[in-house]
Amino acid sequence: MADRFDVRRQTGFASMAMMCFFLLYLPIATLVVYAFNDNESLAIWKGFSLRWFHAAWNNSLVIESSIRSFQIAAVAAILATISATMAALATTRTKPYRGLTFKYAFINQPLMVPEIVTAVALLIVFSRIKIWTGYSGLGYLILAHTAFCVPFAYLPIRARLESMDLSLETAAADLYATKWKIFRHVTLPLLWPGILAGLMLAFVVSLDDVVITEFVKSGGQDTLPTFMLGQIRRGVTPEINAISTVFLALSIGIVTAFFFISRKRT
Amino acid sequence: MTAIRPAVEAKGVSRIFQGAGQDAVKALDNVSVSIRENEFFTLLGPSGCGKTTLLRLIAGFDYPTDGEILLHGQDIAPLPPFKRPVNTVFQSYALFPHMTVAENIGFGLKMLGKPKAEIAARVDAMLKLVHMQEQRNRRTSQISGGQQQRVALARALAPQPKVLLLDEPLSALDYKLRKEMQIELKRLQHETGITFIFVTHDQEEALTMSDRIAVMSSGNILQVGTPWDVYDRPAERFVADFIGETNFLTGTIESAGNGHARIVLSSGARICATAAKDFQLGSMATLMVRPEHARLVKGTGDLAGTIETIVYFGTDTHIHVRLDGGEAFIVRQQNSRCANCGFERGDKVGIQIGDDAAQLLKD
Repeated sequence: MADRFDVRRQTGFASMAMMCFFLLYLPIATLVVYAFNDNESLAIWKGFSLRWFHAAWNNSLVIESSIRSFQIAAVAAILATISATMAALATTRTKPYRGLTFKYAFINQPLMVPEIVTAVALLIVFSRIKIWTGYSGLGYLILAHTAFCVPFAYLPIRARLESMDLSLETAAADLYATKWKIFRHVTLPLLWPGILAGLMLAFVVSLDDVVITEFVKSGGQDTLPTFMLGQIRRGVTPEINAISTVFLALSIGIVTAFFFISRKRT
Repeated sequence: MTAIRPAVEAKGVSRIFQGAGQDAVKALDNVSVSIRENEFFTLLGPSGCGKTTLLRLIAGFDYPTDGEILLHGQDIAPLPPFKRPVNTVFQSYALFPHMTVAENIGFGLKMLGKPKAEIAARVDAMLKLVHMQEQRNRRTSQISGGQQQRVALARALAPQPKVLLLDEPLSALDYKLRKEMQIELKRLQHETGITFIFVTHDQEEALTMSDRIAVMSSGNILQVGTPWDVYDRPAERFVADFIGETNFLTGTIESAGNGHARIVLSSGARICATAAKDFQLGSMATLMVRPEHARLVKGTGDLAGTIETIVYFGTDTHIHVRLDGGEAFIVRQQNSRCANCGFERGDKVGIQIGDDAAQLLKD
């Protein structure tokens, strides 16, 4: 019956799908396999070895930049998620009014403005502030990351708020809950999966950023991605593969963990 | 019936929704109604008549454009919902999906800051009242629609509100469950002694459950009365038409007086009808006859016509008759003795109308 019209049965569908997956995952698979290559060269397989993982582990620059990446990502993701939650509440728990669409666009601006433009703009502004204040710590990177992470956190939170049955909040008000108690006992617990999803997205996006970080960072503030970029300029060894592999494993681990946490909550 | 203190009173309440542009919608137009203590009061009307708007104003989910809403004499119109001793059973139930059945029921008391022991005792009593003790630790997604309905009721009753508002709570249930819950609701109202204000568009539900009914149409209350009042003595044509099936006939008033009037139909037939108020002699008027108050006869009756259709309903049969004047008329016969009592399609018949069964209506 309906099976005959199933998209999976259409001619060429299977081969097309296979090709897409191939293109997506073959380079990544190659990268991971060559991380275990016992050779200086990236291209010639010599034998299985963990030596590049050892090399990366013993490279203090790798460890330092990794820690920096995680620090920035953690703080930026939390700040972005808090702002995004407030923005999502303000834009969904209100009657539609003129200018609301403009606000959506405004909040999601980092998704639309080319990253390089944001990067240059931040560079100019921050260098001026650096001269005025003399402060040159991680604050600039955290602020920059927070800014471009907001829309990534905002979208899942807003989606969750919009799909929430509004009569639940009305019912809570009817049952003697004040505005704050409604938020605390009804809205927030139901919003939690959306907040976690937003936090996760923001964290991964921050962890992964190159362009803005490259422009904004001061000397000695390399994150893992900008450190790797620097390494590649100096000639590539499988150490890069090893670092990438660990990075990949961590990202998958984080995403999976968040997925299960948020699923349990619903 | 003297000096019964009203539980809820609406005084000249209007609610106007400002639409886009100039057109404003009057959801409620200067409505006044008084609802008594311990009463099962129903707001009945078609969708868009303002019944839900009135309920929302009493609950505090919306504020009146004009007028007062009194709860035991105190104006509550400006109060937010969490400050009103009034609880609501929602059409969608609105149970909290992240809480268990017991947590849902205890929510209102928890928000009121009651001690834990008191909440636990009250939740137990409520679970017992709605026969849900075994499901107390279930999630609301793990129970059936009828059970969700019971939890919604228990949750609204737990804080012992002065008034319980019910917004079409039975509309999501299937026929059999709905019948069961109607009886259950009556029982709960009786046992708790709380004033129930029930909103529905289902006239049968309204008739079977209510102590009194307010029939509403386009933002106005047309009539308030007992189920008998609104069914048997409708104040106007809309009420008669909305509640139950009715035959309407138009004619000229020939004589009037003493609460009665004689009307001449276009066919020349004369019918004596009760008239609640004085009508102008010689003017046109509408009268109503309920199908069960008319009887088919084989000779001459008050009216004459030809049988067009016979519809069998199990307990009764509806016989559609085309009157000699051209009007359609339905007669309902009980099926206690014979299926259609020897009447056939196409038969010339007479229709006998019972004493005081015909009534003149205000249009």
